[in-house]
Amino acid sequence: MAQTTNERYRANPVRSKKRSWPFPLNIYQTAVGRKWVMALTGIGLIGFVVAHMVGNLHVYEGPARMHEYAESLRTLAGGIVPKGFILWLLRLGLILMFGLHLHSAITLRNFSGQSSNSATLVGGAKKYAGGRDHIAANYASRTMRWTGPIIALFLFYHLADLTWGWWLGDDFVPGDPYHNVSQSLASIPVAILYIVANIALALHIFHGAWSMFQSLGVNNPKYNHLRRGLATALAGIILVGNLSFPIFTQTGLINEDNRKCPASDVNVLECLAEQAEGH
Amino acid sequence: MSTNNGETINVTVKVWRQDGPSDKGHFETYEQPVTTDASFLEMLDLLNESLNEQGGEPIVFESDCREGICGTCGVMINGRAHGPQKATATCQLHMREFKDGDEIVVEPFRAAGFPVIRDLAVDRSPLDRIIEAGGYISVNTGAASDANLTPVPKDAADKAFDAAACIGCGACVAACPNSAAQLFTSAKIGHLALLPQGQAERWSRTENMVEVMEEFFGSCTNHGECHEACPKEISLDFIAFMNRDYVKAKVKNRALSGQA
Repeated sequence: MAQTTNERYRANPVRSKKRSWPFPLNIYQTAVGRKWVMALTGIGLIGFVVAHMVGNLHVYEGPARMHEYAESLRTLAGGIVPKGFILWLLRLGLILMFGLHLHSAITLRNFSGQSSNSATLVGGAKKYAGGRDHIAANYASRTMRWTGPIIALFLFYHLADLTWGWWLGDDFVPGDPYHNVSQSLASIPVAILYIVANIALALHIFHGAWSMFQSLGVNNPKYNHLRRGLATALAGIILVGNLSFPIFTQTGLINEDNRKCPASDVNVLECLAEQAEGH
Repeated sequence: MSTNNGETINVTVKVWRQDGPSDKGHFETYEQPVTTDASFLEMLDLLNESLNEQGGEPIVFESDCREGICGTCGVMINGRAHGPQKATATCQLHMREFKDGDEIVVEPFRAAGFPVIRDLAVDRSPLDRIIEAGGYISVNTGAASDANLTPVPKDAADKAFDAAACIGCGACVAACPNSAAQLFTSAKIGHLALLPQGQAERWSRTENMVEVMEEFFGSCTNHGECHEACPKEISLDFIAFMNRDYVKAKVKNRALSGQA
């Protein structure tokens, strides 16, 4: 078949190979290695999300037990280490994992964008004029790059809301999470925001928890059929647990009507601690 | 046409026309009557025949064996690599998959690593670069060694054969939203890494092939579109196998494993 073109054609590399960093950083330089980092940090972050959700279920035991749980996080490992030491270690680990997860996601997205740039790009994904007929890719896998930023923005809002107390102002009582949660989530727009963000989180985990097996090469016909179910169950449990908080605050199950220690009291924390001990 | 069992249908073919690598390119629409017994490429042949008669430039597309084993053909048909029929290369697709009056959009495989040469023909030589980086085994030439000299377990042979079924058409790259070549590369790595003959160069092969792949193609996000588009239904399991072996290759003390 004669190709009647005078122009020189040769596919050039889309990107040139860079000088490699010392081991083990050279693994992070490659896309396959970066997907490993994405998967491993993803596992850590899912672990946090599950622990966070399960811990927060203490809210259904009332203000005193919730306060006790919050305090116990600060006194992890008891008297062996200074108060709050383990908590801060965990926080630093989380920040590091979140940073790596985000950095690898953004750089890999650009990486794939470069590799598709001759095709029409819509929302970072290439598109054919014949209409993309997605067969295997599901809604969750195609929206990872949207649910991700939604979760990151929500995370900032959530910290400002219940850790730093920016929006509650004077009504924010450090050390009394039950009060703060019930105050914040009582507002309908805030409850909706929490619901939307947690649906995004569940979608993200629905694809991520399946995808990490592939990225890490954890693949064996003996358990491959369980991966989809595990991801669905994980996403489902997290979704139900996390959605229960805004929904039950709105329906009035989480409220402050019968509190023995009013949050407005100056000694509210001591009162809560005493009440928890009496349990 | 006395043995023709099919009916004749009229299809509207919207084809990507591009004069050369640096031409912008555009779609052109043609009407073509064709029997449903014809293959998709025969339909394009007929279309080219009438274009020739009218003094127009025929549409450039690639094909060779036309029996689904060489991997030369391959276009996007209505947004799907190799068209609507699963596990079928473009040349094995027949017009009976279409109805009278259908509009068929035909585009080249698209990826930055697959520059268009002309019309529907793209340069898939980056796939050759990946093979050059390690998709082979080193053997001494000379008399052929005895058959069955090296025992290969049946399961491993079967699995390696599944990977070796890859015809290198590039549909996986075209179908991938990220233009990643993971399915192709992992099939080529898998079929050697599963056999005893592939063990000597196992780690350097995986490392080099993955790194050349990443010079041209995107990053896998595990959508699974490649597997759906693959005319040979290569399994995603090979991608997982490659991901594992790549990081192992980085970590492994190869001298002590007796492998390179």
